[in-house]
Amino acid sequence: MIRRRRWKRWLLVLAVLHGIVASAGFFAPYDPAEQDRQRPYLPPMKMHLADTQGHFHFRPFFYGEQLRGGSFDQFEENTTQPIPLRFFETGARYRWFGIVPSRLHLFGAGASRIYLLGSDAYGRDQLSRILYGGQISLLAGLLGAGLTLFIGVMIGATAGYYGGWRDGVLMRVAELFVALPWLYLLFALRAFLPLSVSPVQAFFLVILVIGAVGWARPARLVRGVVLTAKERDFVRAARGFGATDGYLLRRHILPETSSVILTQAAILVPQFVLAEMTLSFLGLGVPEPVPSWGSLLASLQQYSVLVSYWWMYVPALAIVPFFLGYLGLASALQHDASTGKIENTIGGGRW
Amino acid sequence: MRFFFRRTMQAAFLLIGVSILTFLFSALAPGNYFDEMRLNPQISPETVAALRAHFQLDRPLPVRYGRWVSSLLHGEMGFSFAYNAPVAPLLWVRARNTLLLTLTATLIAWALALPLGIWSAETRGRLPDRALSGATAALLVIPDLVLALGLLILAVRSGWFPTGGMLSVGFESLSPAQKFRDLVRHMELPVLAIVLSALPILVRHVRAAVAEVLDAPFLRAAASHGIPRRTLLYRYALRAAAIPLISLFGFSVGALLSGSLLAEVVMSWPGLGPLLLESILARDLYVVIGGVLCSTAFLVAGNFLADVLVYWADPRIRTETAEK
Repeated sequence: MIRRRRWKRWLLVLAVLHGIVASAGFFAPYDPAEQDRQRPYLPPMKMHLADTQGHFHFRPFFYGEQLRGGSFDQFEENTTQPIPLRFFETGARYRWFGIVPSRLHLFGAGASRIYLLGSDAYGRDQLSRILYGGQISLLAGLLGAGLTLFIGVMIGATAGYYGGWRDGVLMRVAELFVALPWLYLLFALRAFLPLSVSPVQAFFLVILVIGAVGWARPARLVRGVVLTAKERDFVRAARGFGATDGYLLRRHILPETSSVILTQAAILVPQFVLAEMTLSFLGLGVPEPVPSWGSLLASLQQYSVLVSYWWMYVPALAIVPFFLGYLGLASALQHDASTGKIENTIGGGRW
Repeated sequence: MRFFFRRTMQAAFLLIGVSILTFLFSALAPGNYFDEMRLNPQISPETVAALRAHFQLDRPLPVRYGRWVSSLLHGEMGFSFAYNAPVAPLLWVRARNTLLLTLTATLIAWALALPLGIWSAETRGRLPDRALSGATAALLVIPDLVLALGLLILAVRSGWFPTGGMLSVGFESLSPAQKFRDLVRHMELPVLAIVLSALPILVRHVRAAVAEVLDAPFLRAAASHGIPRRTLLYRYALRAAAIPLISLFGFSVGALLSGSLLAEVVMSWPGLGPLLLESILARDLYVVIGGVLCSTAFLVAGNFLADVLVYWADPRIRTETAEK
């Protein structure tokens, strides 16, 4: 079905982005939980190439930050104390992709700490937390989309293949789910699940909730494909030879839905990453101290943070390149397969 | 009239379905409002049990649903444990605020999307179209949460918009004109957030619908008859493009409600959003159910309006239903 190769470029972009987040340990200079109580809410440090005397240095450096005299939240650069930026430093322990133990980091500054994107209330490095938080958020989005597609394909295939009352009931329920405003639905589902749970449980709860909300649209699309596929000549022939329902579905009908499923995946993943962000932002998702893109933003609900510490907003921007990548992939897939209706292309199927 | 009868039945089905679904979910919920009380040593287990019995939480699900429906018919929609009051009046105030926000945002979004989309379709492939496509693409990759928070930070740091709440302190002492002005000023920011997050999708849909009609053979034929471009566009193309757009209007209501929910929570607008969030955190069961149902009712109303508009705009539906 897919003719042109435009989607491959987007896939590459996404692979790079996901790769960076997946190897957060390497790109992040510090452990996301490591605190520096001396420097809470430190603004992003400035990188220098020239020192106070105007001498140029090839190795970029930073100045250590200390509290301004008489102040308890204003920092100033200590120009007597340059911290050179070093690449491929050894630092905090981590496991590459959760398996290979390592201490190698892309950059660091020896014993001193540098904060490229500032620090949070506990003096934790924002950059490290954003990178590690991406692992939680993206994994929740990917698993949620997987779950939703699994449910959607099961229901869509059942409705389309068997038809009759099963089709009627399933599609009425699907209509209900498609019609409801999704954020209200998300809230309603979350409302009836336990609130105070461990971060790991919360993570799987969020995936469950997100996965249970979005199945209706893929189910309807899969049903449509199955309806036409089951009337194909080769399917009828296979049935004539005595193929069972399970065999027909597995061997002949479900492969036909692959292009729809791929496109839906490209549409659903960013939506679900955003759903995780929204839930965690509102305190209904993955809780502190585990970083996720949503929980990193939660501090913005305090007015004082909003007014004084603009760099707490930076985690929000992390999702934008992913949105761009997935949107590009979705529209390229649809364009290349030229099966997509306008309805699904525009707006990355957000509605 | 058959058409409207069928649509009304569908709407009723939707509302009943949602209420049953929320009740089912609530039955699966592992905790309730009184669990917190149980942890308090000053409240005896008997008291908690008595309270549970009083609110009939110990009864089976169908009975609870029946009680809830009867209380709905009495205009109460169940009882809020946290507010110690019937749910309906609570919801009513908040729903009014949400409606104010969502309606305004819907009107503005459509009022902007229609001309922009038409303009884009009209100048297909040329500069205005490309600029608009670029702008909508840029807006599209900014998720609504990121947009809302960004606007909030901008407002707080620049002081261009009042932030937080719906009314200023001392609202009661203002004159009617000042009251109106104050309300409008407070609405600016949340409405801007909702409109900006809905606009790119609307503009793209409008553009696609109009562009599709402009390609249609009947319009090419009309153009070759020498009918001026303006007349073609406004008299014939728009009429034909209206029908998919009206059904899009129905869909957009749901999306705008979601957008409004988020904007309300982020910008602390006293609508359904903060109430819903608060009641989720407090396990205030009937308020959650009421809030979700309220949004469903708005949605149904929006879709019903879309149906009326389609009936009016599409002669095929009128004749089809008349024949039956």
